This record gives sequence, structure tokens and C-alpha cells, in this order.
Amino acid sequence: MNLTLKVWRQDGPNDKGRIETHEARDIPEEASFLEMLDIVNEGIITGGGAPIAFDHDCREGICGTCSLTINGVPHGPDRGVTACQLHMRRFRDGDTIWIEPFRAHAFPVLKDLVVDRSAFDRIIAAGGYVSVRTGAAPDAHAIPVEKENADAAFDAATCIGCGACVAACKNASAMLFVSAKASHLNHLPQGEPEKHRRVLGMVRQMDEEGFGNCTNQYECEAACPKSISVDNIALLNRNYAAATAHEAAVAP
Amino acid sequence: MNVLARTTTSFARSSIGKKIIVALTGIPLLLFLPGHLAGNLLVFVGPDAINEYGLWLHNLGHGAAVWVARAGLLAVFAIHVIVTIQLTRQNKAARPAYAHPGTIQASRSSRIMIWSGLTILAFVIYHILHFTARVGNDFGGAAYKTTVHGEPAHDVYKMMIDGFSWAPASIFYMIALTLLCSHLSHGFASVFQTLGLRSAKTEGLIKFLGWAYALVIWLGFLSIPVAIWIFGYGR
Ligand code: FES
Repeated sequence: MNLTLKVWRQDGPNDKGRIETHEARDIPEEASFLEMLDIVNEGIITGGGAPIAFDHDCREGICGTCSLTINGVPHGPDRGVTACQLHMRRFRDGDTIWIEPFRAHAFPVLKDLVVDRSAFDRIIAAGGYVSVRTGAAPDAHAIPVEKENADAAFDAATCIGCGACVAACKNASAMLFVSAKASHLNHLPQGEPEKHRRVLGMVRQMDEEGFGNCTNQYECEAACPKSISVDNIALLNRNYAAATAHEAAVAP
Repeated sequence: MNVLARTTTSFARSSIGKKIIVALTGIPLLLFLPGHLAGNLLVFVGPDAINEYGLWLHNLGHGAAVWVARAGLLAVFAIHVIVTIQLTRQNKAARPAYAHPGTIQASRSSRIMIWSGLTILAFVIYHILHFTARVGNDFGGAAYKTTVHGEPAHDVYKMMIDGFSWAPASIFYMIALTLLCSHLSHGFASVFQTLGLRSAKTEGLIKFLGWAYALVIWLGFLSIPVAIWIFGYGR
């Protein structure tokens, strides 16, 4: 199949950036979206140009590295699928496809379609962990966990931290990511003791990074390749209020 | 600064804290509307009913209740507006635009909240000047004095009929109400999400209640200018 690509090109963090048009010729239907870009890049390199820079690693939907906004939708048109798992048969011969980086001021563009998502790492460092003493691993069944809580924690833990939620949100809010990471640990007995500190720390860091505010439009949930539920956001809102009250009245 | 003051300021500065303030100030406004509507609908019962209701309201608590309610509502309204404007400015600053923007599932109402909200703000200012402060009209004049059971009272009925007989007022009122309905349909469900009271299980119910609430408010308030201006009720 033949396609016209409208691709965001940006030479570096300080470059203004522009949309460039590329023709993608003879693309097999069974190619993944990233393979299609590989084919286009080969052509660009043969012609002596600079290939389109884009992030990728596992190419099997588990690492969260790929980060393309395709026709205005992070990870493209299919629900619950990363860009690396999207196949070209999803498009029609002759289509024009817009490819842009994940857009948020908190995710500055490094080059072309590659953005800096280290803001997420700093949010995790602000509380998205459990403090445990090292030593022999305890038996897996040593602490009983209620089935509902285990399920909720597992669902939240499927977040691969790709940032599609931020890219899809009209306000570049990171609430779905932060809430999934907090909810994953808050649901478990190992995470319970540090719940308040975790929630306050992560939310403060999120605000500091310059993400926007959630307006309950749920674009994040729709764009999430792991279909993380916005129930986590409701829970984070409630936990944040409780943590604030705890900090004001009880915490030393 | 003591701990309490520090926590309060950091809460009010935080993204979630601000949203909780918006949700909490939205609740009294959501509760006020059906009450206001019920009172207004008395216009269809007749002049005596609505004038008597008006007099009762103004005499409540030796005339203090109405002022307490006005002050409270204005305060929550002002906070609601100021904090949402702050949030919207932050949101605009957080996101560079896509060359090819896309929307997956966000409702139209949710995407125009700031515009519907600002229209409502303009409407509320106009509405208070029109019917409460009665600026630029003679609704406070001698022609609008009447008596209820021998007691002097304001002729609310006549004021409404005359007020809505003027096309521009009725048209603005109807536009503002339609945007209010849109604003409420998203706002109602948002209160639950922001306060952490919504889940996948209750989502359908909350959405339905939000729509039903917005629809009742819209139809109820709209019926008055439609009846008076279009069908000539009371004229
Ligand atoms: S490249 Fe790993 S999820 Fe797409």
C-alpha cells in the first residue's frame, strides 16, 4: 500500500519544528506501524537525508517506549494497543497519516518524534515505591491479600508508563499515570503504611513538573494501551484529600 | 506558619485541591437551581401564588434569610469561577497544540466548559441587574407594587411577564440556559469523580442522573420565556 505521511520533524530541543511530508511506497499490510517507519527511513537514508527519529524498544507492547501520536490519537486508532502493535492493515491505501510526538510541555521534544519523559521517573522517585529492608524474600503467601485488592492492584500495575494518557489529555494531565502507580501500591498491605506520604509526594511532584489538571473527560482511559481505568483517578482524588487531612491533623 | 495553614495553602495550590474546591462549590449551586426553578414555576399558578411566595421569601428570618442565602451563593459562585479560571489557564499552558488534533471520547459539553461557564457568568451578572437590582428598568417602581393579603409586596408576576416580553432578554436567557444545561451535564458527574465517589459500577447511573438533572433544569427554566415571549402567557 502507498501512504502519505505528515511527520513532525524537529532538529533538537530548541528547534521550532515543522510538519514534513513523506511518501511511503509499497508498504506491506502486515507491517507494524514502526516497521512502516523503518521502511520509510531506509528510503530517506538512501536519498542522503536524516532518518525520522522515534522511540522504540520491545516492539511487543510491554515496555512503553514507543510514543507516537497518530492522527491526533496517542498510539493510533485501536483501543488498548501500543503503536508498535498497530498494523498497517488498519489503514487504507492512499491514506494520509499525521504522525506527531506525545505533546505536553512536561514532555519536551528531544528530536523529531522522541520526547523526554523523565518527569515520570521523578514522580516515581517522589513516592511510587515501597521502602523495604533488603534480605531474604518473604514467602509469597506470608501476607494475605484480599482478592478484590489484589485484582485492583494488578490492574493498576499493568501501566507501562508510556505517557499516552498525558498526550491524549487536552490539559496534558498526568493523573491517570500517577493514580495507577499510587493505586497499585496503595491497594497492597506492603504499600499501605506509606500511603499518605506516597500520595502527597507524587501529586506534588506531578504539579511541579507542569502537567495540567484533570477535567474528567477520560481521553486518557481511551488512549491507554493497557486500558487503565479512571476509577484510579477517583481513588487518588479521595486519597489525596485524606492524606492532606492526615498531614494537617495527625502526622508529626 | 503553623502546620494547618501550610497544609491548607498547599492543598489550595495543588491540582487536586483546586479541583476539589471547584466540586465542593459546585454542589450548593447544583442544589440552588431546583429550588429557584420551583419558585419560578409558580408564575404558572398565577399572580397571587408567586407574589405570596416572593413576600414569604423576603420575610423569612425577619428578612435576613434571603441576604444570607445571597451572600453565601455569591461567595461560592465567585470561588467556583476564580478557581476554574486558574485551572484553565494552567491547562492551556501545559499543552502545546497538535497540528492534527483528535478527540476520542470527550463529550462536547466537557470541551466547552470554560465557554459555557463564562456565558453563565455573564448571564448571572445580567440576571441580577435585571431582576434583583432592577437596574435600567422600572421594575422597582410604583407600577410594580401590589398587595398580598393586605400586606404591601413586590409584583414579581408582572415583573416576569414584562421582563420576558422583551425579546432580547428572552433570547439571551434561552441561550444562557442551554449552555447552563450543557455545563451541568458535565459538572454533575464531575463532582462525583473529583470527590472520589464514582466508580465503574456507578458510572452509568451518575451519567444518567446528570443528564436527567440538566434536562429538567433546562426544560423547567426554558418553559417560562417560551410561554411568555412566544405564546404570550400573561400578556
Ligand atoms: S516499543 Fe515497547 S511498547 Fe511499543
